[in-house]
Amino acid sequence: MNFSAVRAIYLFELARTWRTLFQSIASPVLSTALYFVVFGSAIGSRMQPIDGVPYGAFIVPGLILLAVLTESVSNASFGIYLPRFTGTIYEILSAPISAFEVLLGFVGAAATKSVLLGLIIFVTARLFVSFELVHPLWSLCFLVLISVTFALFGFILGLWADGFEKLQIIPLMVISPLTFLGGTFYSIDMLPPLWRDVALFNPIVYLVDGFRWAFYGVAAVGPAISLALTLTMLAVCIGLVVAIFKTGYRLRT
Amino acid sequence: MDNVLSVENLTKTYATGFAALKGVDLSIRRGEIFALLGPNGAGKTTLIGIVCGLVRASGGKVTVDGFDIAVDYRSARKKIGLVPQELATNMFETVWNTTVFSRGLFGKKANPAYVEKVLRDLSLWDKKDANIRALSGGMKRRVLIAKALAHEPEILFLDEPTAGVDVELRRDMWEMVRKLRESGVTIILTTHYIEEAEDMADRIGVIDKGEIILVEEKHALMRRLGQTRVCVSLTQKLDAIPEGLFDLPLTLSPDGKSLSFTQMGESAGHDGSKDASLARLLKNLIAQGVDFASVQSSQSSLEDIFIDLVGKSR
Repeated sequence: MNFSAVRAIYLFELARTWRTLFQSIASPVLSTALYFVVFGSAIGSRMQPIDGVPYGAFIVPGLILLAVLTESVSNASFGIYLPRFTGTIYEILSAPISAFEVLLGFVGAAATKSVLLGLIIFVTARLFVSFELVHPLWSLCFLVLISVTFALFGFILGLWADGFEKLQIIPLMVISPLTFLGGTFYSIDMLPPLWRDVALFNPIVYLVDGFRWAFYGVAAVGPAISLALTLTMLAVCIGLVVAIFKTGYRLRT
Repeated sequence: MDNVLSVENLTKTYATGFAALKGVDLSIRRGEIFALLGPNGAGKTTLIGIVCGLVRASGGKVTVDGFDIAVDYRSARKKIGLVPQELATNMFETVWNTTVFSRGLFGKKANPAYVEKVLRDLSLWDKKDANIRALSGGMKRRVLIAKALAHEPEILFLDEPTAGVDVELRRDMWEMVRKLRESGVTIILTTHYIEEAEDMADRIGVIDKGEIILVEEKHALMRRLGQTRVCVSLTQKLDAIPEGLFDLPLTLSPDGKSLSFTQMGESAGHDGSKDASLARLLKNLIAQGVDFASVQSSQSSLEDIFIDLVGKSR
């Protein structure tokens, strides 16, 4: 195991976060804070509690995931796309480092950033609304698993993309809408039966639901299903990455 | 001879069907400077790419100091440093950080003193905290060399290292290459400036259309394929080549005012036979009262040999 190389990539990628501090951390924190002001404090005060949870607190897990999912994908995809774009990938390909170690460096750094971002948003939310965690360890477990899964997805996206536009499209046009429609601002039990059934095809529903269960102990679909789906997504992403490295797709001609 | 790199029957066919390498065999000796020459698209960069791990071979075998690049890729790659053709740099990093990053990537423990020496040798020390994007093209090229040397490689690949580089930097670079060779590093370079290969290399390899068409000691190559041309301008017109000089491959110009001969192969100058032939020619001309105004002599360069070789294979 080339720990030195993993460490080099990991620290290099984290350093990129500090260089782009506003884009990586400040911007999502600011936009999440705005959601809390509008939906939590202003509109939320006029909303009924959902499953016994005040509306302002109810939206916290979903809002954390909204930022974590998009940033995981963005960070990991940029992390690997940028060296491909600038040509500096030659150094990684010519180094005595295995595919797993490359992955550990890039995805580890992107997931670390997302977990930190999630924790920062969590603290920010506490400034606006009051809530207590029912399952703090499960909350952390879901946060880490989801961050790693979506960082892996971002890594795949970064390998697949052949332009900056494609990098932007997936987080903006796919992840964000699915998260909005995934029960961030409402419980899917509040939807008409037909739309509730449709919503169950959205994988983000399960992530938000599981994360919310870890926060407040209430769930529309159940934590076991959420955890199983999260692990399945993680396994699918790992499988895809292994296939990519075996075939050299978009890396080695 | 101790070979540090062996390439056996290496082939590469891209997905488009283009065969970039067609069974290349090549051995690089430890501690030599080897110049790989070839026209654009000949397969130079593909060959380097396969050895360094950037390109997958379609067939064949490559060993680096005995380590198979496919099986023992870690041991093989640790020994190699690569300076790519393109100026691919992390624009927003500092010179110091990017060099330290390269060392870490190759599994070497931090050694600030060594990194400092590399940067000083490349005149980059005063730029160590500068952002790479703020550097000139020539300085960026130096950064790429510093990165390639950061892990103390035993073999250094320089793919067109002096392309777009000014004269001063080019001179510095070759000075550094000589020093590296003295310290035991094997250097494999490709260059479009054939006079550089002529000046620097111990051995020359010529690749064309994915095949190695020649590998030879530079001096032996120059002796074997070099040619010398001598031209004597006469003050008076001659109707025919003077008697007593028929054994020399002389040509009389159509206007009868110059005599010339070209010597090929091993007799081309390096062993002094050209001078002997020239002396005989001049003595004979004087003896026969043929006056001459000037004598010009030129030897072919490696470039002429290269063009001739590649031209023949087309």
